[in-house]
Amino acid sequence: MATAAVNKKKFDVNRISGGANFAINVFFWIYSALCIIPLLLVISVSFSDETSVLVGGYRFWPEKWSLESYKFLVSDYMVIVKSYGISIFVTVVGTIAAMLIMTLYAYPISRRDFKHRNLFAFIMFFTILFNSGLVPFYLVYKQGLHVDDTLFVLMFPLFVQAFFVFVIRTFFQNQIPPELLESARMDGAGELRTFFQIVLPLSLPVLASVGLLCTLNYWNDWFLSLLFISDDGPVSIQFRMYKTLLDIQYLSSNTQAYSAIMQANPNFKVPSETARMAMGVVGIGPIIFVYPFLQRYFVAGLTVGAVKG
Amino acid sequence: MEQVAGQAVPPKIEVRKEKTLNQSYWKRYGVFYLMMAPALIVLIINNYIPMVGSLIAFKSMTYASPSFFQNFVDSPWIGWKNFEFLFNSSDAWLITRNTLAYNAVFIVLNLVVGVALALMFHNLRNKKLAKFYQTTMFLPYFLSMIIVAYLAYGFLNPDIGVMNKLILPWFGNEEGVMWYSDPKWWPLILPIVNTWKFIGYYAVFYLAAIIGIDNEYYEAAHIDGATRWRQVWTITLPLIKPVIIILTLLQIGRIFYADFGLFFQVTQNAGALYEKTLIIDTYVFQGFRATGDIGMSSAAGLYQAVVGFVLVFASNLIVRRISKEDALF
Repeated sequence: MATAAVNKKKFDVNRISGGANFAINVFFWIYSALCIIPLLLVISVSFSDETSVLVGGYRFWPEKWSLESYKFLVSDYMVIVKSYGISIFVTVVGTIAAMLIMTLYAYPISRRDFKHRNLFAFIMFFTILFNSGLVPFYLVYKQGLHVDDTLFVLMFPLFVQAFFVFVIRTFFQNQIPPELLESARMDGAGELRTFFQIVLPLSLPVLASVGLLCTLNYWNDWFLSLLFISDDGPVSIQFRMYKTLLDIQYLSSNTQAYSAIMQANPNFKVPSETARMAMGVVGIGPIIFVYPFLQRYFVAGLTVGAVKG
Repeated sequence: MEQVAGQAVPPKIEVRKEKTLNQSYWKRYGVFYLMMAPALIVLIINNYIPMVGSLIAFKSMTYASPSFFQNFVDSPWIGWKNFEFLFNSSDAWLITRNTLAYNAVFIVLNLVVGVALALMFHNLRNKKLAKFYQTTMFLPYFLSMIIVAYLAYGFLNPDIGVMNKLILPWFGNEEGVMWYSDPKWWPLILPIVNTWKFIGYYAVFYLAAIIGIDNEYYEAAHIDGATRWRQVWTITLPLIKPVIIILTLLQIGRIFYADFGLFFQVTQNAGALYEKTLIIDTYVFQGFRATGDIGMSSAAGLYQAVVGFVLVFASNLIVRRISKEDALF
């Protein structure tokens, strides 16, 4: 995208008129606002006073500021810290393992002199074509391997994604000159050494892009938790957000349960509406802070995928 | 350098070398098989065993043993019974219709809105601002569906959400809508949410294609007196047509698979909405998690897998005809 900007500057006969430019800018301002406003709503509610929210509804700017909701979350902060820990562990370890496993597979099938490369490429490719379906997938992990409620089951199913493997393979094929590999061999380097010391360092762009997409997949994943994780298991931050959305909703929509709590302790007031949104903010946090810095690589990664061969 | 050039060995010689020096083949390439072993193990457990396991759709599963593998072997075959149940119920038609209809709408929106955004984006004069717009436009793509469900809930909460408390009263509707129990509005809500979340992603693809167009075309058109608007129709759109066709075909290939998160999280899996929100993926999940009906669920799953396979395969054949590089195979 940077190069495009340079190209345009060089040649400007096609500049659109000032009026049109203004109209497009207005459009994009509105569109950008639409992308950000829902987030602002969640943030605003989380900093609002519970009663003012219950009376006046969610507002884009708090009617009455309050930190009650965050105090409520902090009162049980270990839960959130633990969930963060689980999410971070799964994301970091999962991504590193996945990248290692996928690059190790992508390299042999990128080598034109490897006679079985088509066979192994097809074994990988067939997983894109035919999706086994959720039920047997679930049964294999749950009743076959009995790995539910483990960190393993949150990482393992995402170790190999065929699409990423082919993106990496294409990069190896197109960007690593075969002459280089040949000369490494002449100098007596084994295939493993060539791979780790020559191929991987030369592939940093694609590794960064795919690695970031992997990180995002792990961080944002809740589906594996939904399938395999019970309340006593390792609850990641996404899964905790999911549970909070459902639980507090249960509390406020089920009047009987609510009045039971109120009877037991008349002074007790769960800031349920604002606390739920505070939980949302806690979960969104890291992505928002990291995203602007990494967005460039993400875009690169996506467009790498677009031209895979 | 001489040696390097000679390295492109014709295949014939290679075959002979391999026959006579079989040992050196293993010495040289044996490590490749070791390198591929970890991924192969993952594929076998994660993909290939479940693929065989999908035959449970033809079985009446029993649970005598704690091991799935043992149960799989022990359970009796019942032929097409599960499929008969599935297709005799009204569910089969409902979930197929919902899946296809929503995905068709999503594909059209991704195409039209995506191309329109990319075109406008390309015409922005101020590159700093463009960068900013791109950053915000792309933000929803990075949010998990759970977060999207939170955001949607902020608007749709029936008691205090923005729609019922702020926006609808503005238009004179004081009663509001029970969003999570009235299915009527979801055919509108889901496309909006889907477009909001994914359009940045599609716009980036189209933008990359537009940027790749050689400026000379525009220069020539300009000299011939074509307006900017005309250039869009006669140069830009025709030149990105292959990308449009390929991206759309790839989506059509996956039309039988829907976004589980969108339909499960954003609707909060509300049963009252199923008529308009139940899709194959959520039906399968619902079947074996809530009702425990493994037979029908796995039949629906296999139905999806087989039709999905045919569609992916067919769309790829067409993509391959247009542009070999963009085909998946």
